[in-house]
Amino acid sequence: MIKIEQLSKVFKTANQTVQAVDQMNLSINKGEIFGVIGYSGAGKSTFIRLINRLEEPSTGKVIIEDQEITRLNKKDLRLSRQEIGMIFQHFNLLWSRTVRENIAFPLEIAGVSKAERNARVSELIDLVGLTGKENAYPAQLSGGQKQRVGIARALANNPKVLLCDEATSALDPETTDSILALLVDINEKLGLTIILITHEMHVIQKICRNVAVMEDGRIVEQGSVLNVFSHPKQPVTKKFVEQVMGKPEDEETEELFIQHSNSGQVLKLQFIGETTHQAIISQVAKKFDVELNILQGSVKQTQAGAYGSLYLLAIGEPETINQALAFIRETSVEVEVIQHG
Amino acid sequence: MANLFPNVDWFDLIEATGETFYMTIIALAGTLLIGILLGLLLYLSAPGGLWENKYINFITASLVNIFRAIPFVVLILLLIPFTNFLFGTFRGQDAALPALIIGSAPFYGRLVEIALREIDKGVIEAAKAMGAKTSTIIFKVLLKESLPALVSGLTVTAIALIGYTAVAGVIGAGGLGDYAYFYGFARRDFDIVFACTVLIVLLVFLFQFIGDIIANKLDKR
Repeated sequence: MIKIEQLSKVFKTANQTVQAVDQMNLSINKGEIFGVIGYSGAGKSTFIRLINRLEEPSTGKVIIEDQEITRLNKKDLRLSRQEIGMIFQHFNLLWSRTVRENIAFPLEIAGVSKAERNARVSELIDLVGLTGKENAYPAQLSGGQKQRVGIARALANNPKVLLCDEATSALDPETTDSILALLVDINEKLGLTIILITHEMHVIQKICRNVAVMEDGRIVEQGSVLNVFSHPKQPVTKKFVEQVMGKPEDEETEELFIQHSNSGQVLKLQFIGETTHQAIISQVAKKFDVELNILQGSVKQTQAGAYGSLYLLAIGEPETINQALAFIRETSVEVEVIQHG
Repeated sequence: MANLFPNVDWFDLIEATGETFYMTIIALAGTLLIGILLGLLLYLSAPGGLWENKYINFITASLVNIFRAIPFVVLILLLIPFTNFLFGTFRGQDAALPALIIGSAPFYGRLVEIALREIDKGVIEAAKAMGAKTSTIIFKVLLKESLPALVSGLTVTAIALIGYTAVAGVIGAGGLGDYAYFYGFARRDFDIVFACTVLIVLLVFLFQFIGDIIANKLDKR
């Protein structure tokens, strides 16, 4: 369990002060993948550095599993940092060391004996899928492989938390997906709490359960990914949701549907956390004497299930359609009938 | 050969080369030590550094700049009392060492500082995030990551040092400069000057060659 209380960071320069992080409050459950999203300049990068005090907070508290990080002296902070893994956008590997030696570095820092180090490094190489690259230098690796080294290095001392600072922002989409899959895998295998910051909504959509949206050093919106996805309140959140969902269907499109729907009724199905294996549309089609025609839709998979909306044209007796509606309402799918005019 | 260099005493020439080599190597060792110290001090005390300190930075930078500003010939003359105090004489190859080291260490110190600044700040941040002590960061990150640049810097310094030993030779420090000046130039035996020049050039090539090989071997980028 990680608690952030009233955390602030003010940068002072000769002629101005910048409030990078402004009284943030957060609580993150043990074992979850928590995402913080924001545009550059929102303060998310500063925020993640405040957690392990790479930046000293101006005020506020950071508590990781009952240990108040913000109160530790230098020596204790160093020791507790060994239990907080961190990976970076630009990997930050030591280029003078091989893959093995890079992964062994945090173990050297923690004073682990050479034999134990070797055993642990082999284990980690296996875990992150770098077998065969042990003796390569970072310069000989691709971006995705470098980030795998970064992840192995961050996990070396069995941390309680993994901080991910834009860990996939320098990677191409395919590599991003493989790194995200690795993070989910690690999260499940090791029960590791992961905090990640990003400016890419699909990263949040793919692996996070809960999300906080940052703007101007503040959290403007937070909650479960599904909730924030389905009911974005702040303009900045709406923009992020558009990144993955496209622009929301506007009134005009709905009008268009209605014009073409003389023969039946237009239904708008809203999936929020619906599991995909509930084949709701085919069930409706089988159980009731209605013809269903998909007009438009967009459904995305998130860690907590599907999210999206689907426009259907239902043709049949009004009575039957009402029965079908009642059936759909019994599931977790929301449905509404788009009325004429 | 005897026709080309009628006045060269080959035994003397070899001895002089040995002296130049000796002065360069010992002075280089001293320069390496002091230069790394100065470079680290400059880098670590700079704004945003691990030991950020305005005063230490100002004092170190001033010392480095002052000794870099003094021409080497003048530095030797200024150091004569100091050398006399240390060795009882200001002549001979050992007496040249303090001037050689003091003359080249600040130069190398600046090169060390430049090499350290080239290191990606992110790597230092990563080491901090792993809970590394400052000493670990200095030895295992800063010096290790900048090693190729430190070696090429040392090569440049070594070659400057070979030049300095020749200048020191003119006030009787021994070595090829001494031999060229007193036996060659002073007696108008220019074949000796020429022979010494060839040997100095060969020595420079040798240092550059070795330095390049080591730097390339270390560079894994």
